[in-house]
Amino acid sequence: MILSKIFRNTLLVLTACLVLSACATKKEIATDIKGSMQGDVYTGTDTVEYLAEGVPDRVFFATNESILTTASRETLRAQAAWLRKNSGINVVLEGHADERGTREYNLALGERRANAAKDYLMTYGISSDRITVLSYGKERPVDSGSNPLSWSKNRRSVTVKAN
Amino acid sequence: MIKKIITLILILIPIKSFALIEVDITRGNLNPLPVAVSPLSIDEKSRKSFEKALNKKNIGEEISSIVENNLSTSGLFNPLSKEAFLQAPDIANLKPRFEDWNLIKAQALITGKVNYVDDKLRVEFRLWDVLAAKEMMALAFTTVPSNWRRVGHIISDKVYERLTGEKGYFDTRIIYVAEEGPKTQRIKKLAIMDQDGFNNKFLTLGNELVLTPRFNPTSQMVTYLSYFKNLPRVYLLDIETGTQEVVGDFPGMTFAPRFSPDGKKIIMSFAKDGKSDIYTMDLENRIVERITNHPSIDTSPSYSPDGKYITFNSDRSGYQQIYIMKSDGSDVNRISFGNGLYGTPVWSPRGDLIAFTKLHKGKFYIGVMRTDGKGERLLTENYYQEAPSWSPNGRVLIFYRETKTNDKGEGFTAKLWSIDLTGYNERQIQTPTDASDPSWSSLLSN
Repeated sequence: MILSKIFRNTLLVLTACLVLSACATKKEIATDIKGSMQGDVYTGTDTVEYLAEGVPDRVFFATNESILTTASRETLRAQAAWLRKNSGINVVLEGHADERGTREYNLALGERRANAAKDYLMTYGISSDRITVLSYGKERPVDSGSNPLSWSKNRRSVTVKAN
Repeated sequence: MIKKIITLILILIPIKSFALIEVDITRGNLNPLPVAVSPLSIDEKSRKSFEKALNKKNIGEEISSIVENNLSTSGLFNPLSKEAFLQAPDIANLKPRFEDWNLIKAQALITGKVNYVDDKLRVEFRLWDVLAAKEMMALAFTTVPSNWRRVGHIISDKVYERLTGEKGYFDTRIIYVAEEGPKTQRIKKLAIMDQDGFNNKFLTLGNELVLTPRFNPTSQMVTYLSYFKNLPRVYLLDIETGTQEVVGDFPGMTFAPRFSPDGKKIIMSFAKDGKSDIYTMDLENRIVERITNHPSIDTSPSYSPDGKYITFNSDRSGYQQIYIMKSDGSDVNRISFGNGLYGTPVWSPRGDLIAFTKLHKGKFYIGVMRTDGKGERLLTENYYQEAPSWSPNGRVLIFYRETKTNDKGEGFTAKLWSIDLTGYNERQIQTPTDASDPSWSSLLSN
């Protein structure tokens, strides 16, 4: 009787553990993906470099899209403020696509993405003379993985100092 | 090199008989025709001269093995094992004992001989119909000895043409992009090789990124995209002289170049302010013409063989689809309406089909459709493949295929593959390095 009670308690504890740990793993995976992608736009900081403190160098895009997200616009406003402060610096906007598209279309798509970033910088007062656009299409991924997270890191426009 | 190609002389020996065997090329390789390729016979004096000139022990055997390999890779022929041959090559070339060849089930027989004459290579070959016991064709060539591989390809083309009724595609070359290094920092060079993978040669050093080389159908010129000085622009390269020049004076990126069928114009995309449009440049008077004007991405243009129409890729409907227009840019019509995205349309040299890449539900397909968009046929499905290019006879497509990487991002490869228009006979083409963006030349000899 007592034995069986102990046994039952142990079982209960064991079951609880199992349920909890299962929950924990599930939750972890969910936060992981949620924490680094919104829709299929990358929101993490893994590959991001900084032009200055608080000025990320890149923005990310959804599959086949060149629309700037709220986060992207925030990044570009920080870049514009930094460029206004450093009026001697010119930049190259390097547009990229993921590997899941034909090469030629991706070259055009990279150009369209970099131009979306350029247009936004210009609306915040940066002269087009200071900005060069360069598309690499799918030729220069930062992440060589073949999965949605890797692809999301590769769909990007990176602002690079030209001088 | 090219001059040598032109000096290759073709002498036709009169043919008396008419075709009795026929190979049906429309149904793929269900029943490849059994063919016996007897080694080209060679006398000892000639053999020694060639051994000295080319460092090949028996040039007759070497040439016939080129023929054998070509016929076999076409998927339409089944070259029989030489071990079963009963008749010696020299005697077979004079008068085959058809019963012997019939016994090993050969339906066609190729015989011939090689001679060393005045520092030149002289080849004669004959094609025999074994069942009818008749000669179908007899030809002789004279050329410089270093052209020996081309002799094998020309024989293959003549046999293919005689037995299928269509021009061959063996005496051709492939220009492509040779790739090396990690996926994030690929080094890319232009490379050229014979259609069967031999005589591989790198044309650029890999200092700058190069993409999408394409042959001029009428000359030894190539157009391609180079990132020279980090300015992606369309270039022209003369393979013969090695001269390179930038095409046109555009302020932004020019890309996706292709020649017009007469070789006189380049059609390409020009990207500016987030939109890509199609332009042509006349190579003689350098006049640039705008063909499309739309806020979308218009790219991957390809002319119809008569030059009257252009097929291209546009996302003006929201997503990548295939369109056709007149060559002046009027009468734009969408032709792809299936599920998924469509890209890289290329007009068949026969004029009746357009080959394309399709992306649907995470898979990539190489397919063909008629020029009105009807009759879509998907030939091959894979994780990633694109950029089909037609063989000059419009029977075979060459394209490139990339592999998926593992969890650590390792295991990436890019290789060239070919497939029959029928969807049969899919083959990898061996290259010394990884490879992409293949473009098939026209027949070098006609």
